[in-house]
Amino acid sequence: MLAIIAAPAAGSIDLNRYSIFALARNALSRHENWPRAWRSPEPRRSYDVVIVGGGGHGLATAYYLAREHGIRNVAVLERGLIGLGNSGRNTTIVRSNYLWDASAHLYEHSLRLWEQLAGTLNFNVMFSQRGVLNLAHNPHDLRELARRVNANRLNGIDSEIVSTAQVKRLAPALDCDPRARYPVLGASLQRRGGTARHDALVWGYARAADAAGVDIIQNCEVTAIRQKDRRVVGVETTRGVIDASKVGVVVAGHASVLAAMAEIRLPIESHPLQALVSEPIKPVLDTVVMSNAVHVYVSQSDKGELVVGAGIDPYTSYSQRGSFPVIEATVSALVALFPSFGRLKLMRQWAGIVDVCPDASPIISKTPVRGLYFNCGWGTGGFKATPGSGHVFAHTIARDEPHPLATPFALERFTTGALVDEHGAAAVAH
Amino acid sequence: MLRIACPWCGARDETEFGYGGEAHVALPADAAQLSDAAWAEYLFMRSNPKGRHRERWVHTHGCRRWFNVVRDTTTERIFAVYLAGSPPAQLPDEPA
Ligand SMILES: Cc1cc2nc3c(=O)[nH]c(=O)nc-3n(C[C@H](O)[C@H](O)[C@H](O)COP(=O)(O)OP(=O)(O)OC[C@H]3O[C@@H](n4cnc5c(N)ncnc54)[C@H](O)[C@@H]3O)c2cc1C
Ligand SMILES: [Zn+2]
Repeated sequence: MLAIIAAPAAGSIDLNRYSIFALARNALSRHENWPRAWRSPEPRRSYDVVIVGGGGHGLATAYYLAREHGIRNVAVLERGLIGLGNSGRNTTIVRSNYLWDASAHLYEHSLRLWEQLAGTLNFNVMFSQRGVLNLAHNPHDLRELARRVNANRLNGIDSEIVSTAQVKRLAPALDCDPRARYPVLGASLQRRGGTARHDALVWGYARAADAAGVDIIQNCEVTAIRQKDRRVVGVETTRGVIDASKVGVVVAGHASVLAAMAEIRLPIESHPLQALVSEPIKPVLDTVVMSNAVHVYVSQSDKGELVVGAGIDPYTSYSQRGSFPVIEATVSALVALFPSFGRLKLMRQWAGIVDVCPDASPIISKTPVRGLYFNCGWGTGGFKATPGSGHVFAHTIARDEPHPLATPFALERFTTGALVDEHGAAAVAH
Repeated sequence: MLRIACPWCGARDETEFGYGGEAHVALPADAAQLSDAAWAEYLFMRSNPKGRHRERWVHTHGCRRWFNVVRDTTTERIFAVYLAGSPPAQLPDEPA
């Protein structure tokens, strides 16, 4: 067993590396002999660090703990199977055009990691920088977008205002007639933004973390957080007690549930966020179109399906279902913007439970319990942040002090009042 | 689609209502004396339970009155509707 997980000796060929040669070699055996991408170990009695939550953020955190901080005695505990939470339910939009400096730096850090990620992880995450348009339907929208574009540019983030004619060229199916129900007066465009493959991000981090020595333990729900004198000593799980002097919690919609286990109160409410996909069609949209004013956004997947998203359902919930009126509003906005999409059938609809913060910004933080760290509150927009979030959270855990990019996102901001209000950049656009 | 029984108008579709979040978050009486931490608790911290939630709704497209609801956030089942300003509703199977 040890031999299998040990890193290959220098100079030897790593048979587990994905490459064109591996593809050719495996073609000879009809692709039936690919090795498993990660192990399924039994949980050990103790670890240096336990990460709760096997979504993209938790797996990325474990990966960077091992790769950047040399902490390899790490377990990721996942209640179900990895990537079946929001990481596997989102609409995969990646961008960094946030308003305030603190967020711009954090999301841009993440976007830069995305640009190298397939190589870093040796896994095709299908990151496609196809551009992200945010539409303006009235003069106020346009001024608001211009303000954000200017702020982005001051932070060195690519961002521009494009005219109606340019929008029409970028998205010909969009109704740009001035008499349209929602006339398009222009848009902001981040060309480096785009989409990626959600599962690939999870699997890529899982495989790379596992290769670095991290134990990924599925079907292992954390039921209690053990502490002694306000210091964390481990967790209780459905697969037994696991000791750890550091525990990082990254459970998205379940943040409040885990916080309650440690008698911590969070400023978070969990809401359903829905998405829909259409039947697959030929290429019709090769960029991402979002409209904050009418609460809809759409892109086209490589399979040809239109991937459509909305704003959150208004009430708190853990049911992963979502309510019909939101679908109705989303679809009516979509067909107003793209009349030809009215002829398509919708194939699937689902919801994820997102962890919404009052200022639409995440919490990456130490807590009143020593050795216990929380990373949550990404709400409707944390997929894009997965690499950056894991990177700065690993630093925060390893050094027991916030990464400089994470400092403004500590829990204390709700006491000091230094909120990072990103409702304009994050509320409807994800 | 939720069906919510307004105490004054009876059962209506969810689309007639607005959501007001957790109920019984009372404005502290001595607001001017509060510590920053106590303000943060009042303004931002929420219990966000997985299970029964006591919450506020307003019948926006009806009588426009506020009231409270006990709803299970895992099943969306509504157990009770009660008047705003009254103490948290106790359900028969809950310890008093
Ligand atoms: C419909 C939808 C569309 C979205 N669109 C976008 C988008 O376009 N762009 C974007 O950037 N973001 C988007 N998001 C947000 C994004 O999906 C999330 O912010 C991000 O994926 C969160 O990742 P995570 O790893 O923190 O959470 P998750 O992937 O949800 O992982 C948390 C994990 O914790 C596990 N867990 C919970 N409780 C326990 C426990 N007690 N013990 C052990 N494990 C536990 C869960 O099973 C889950 O697997 C969208 C979300 C949804 C729902
Ligand atoms: Zn009424």
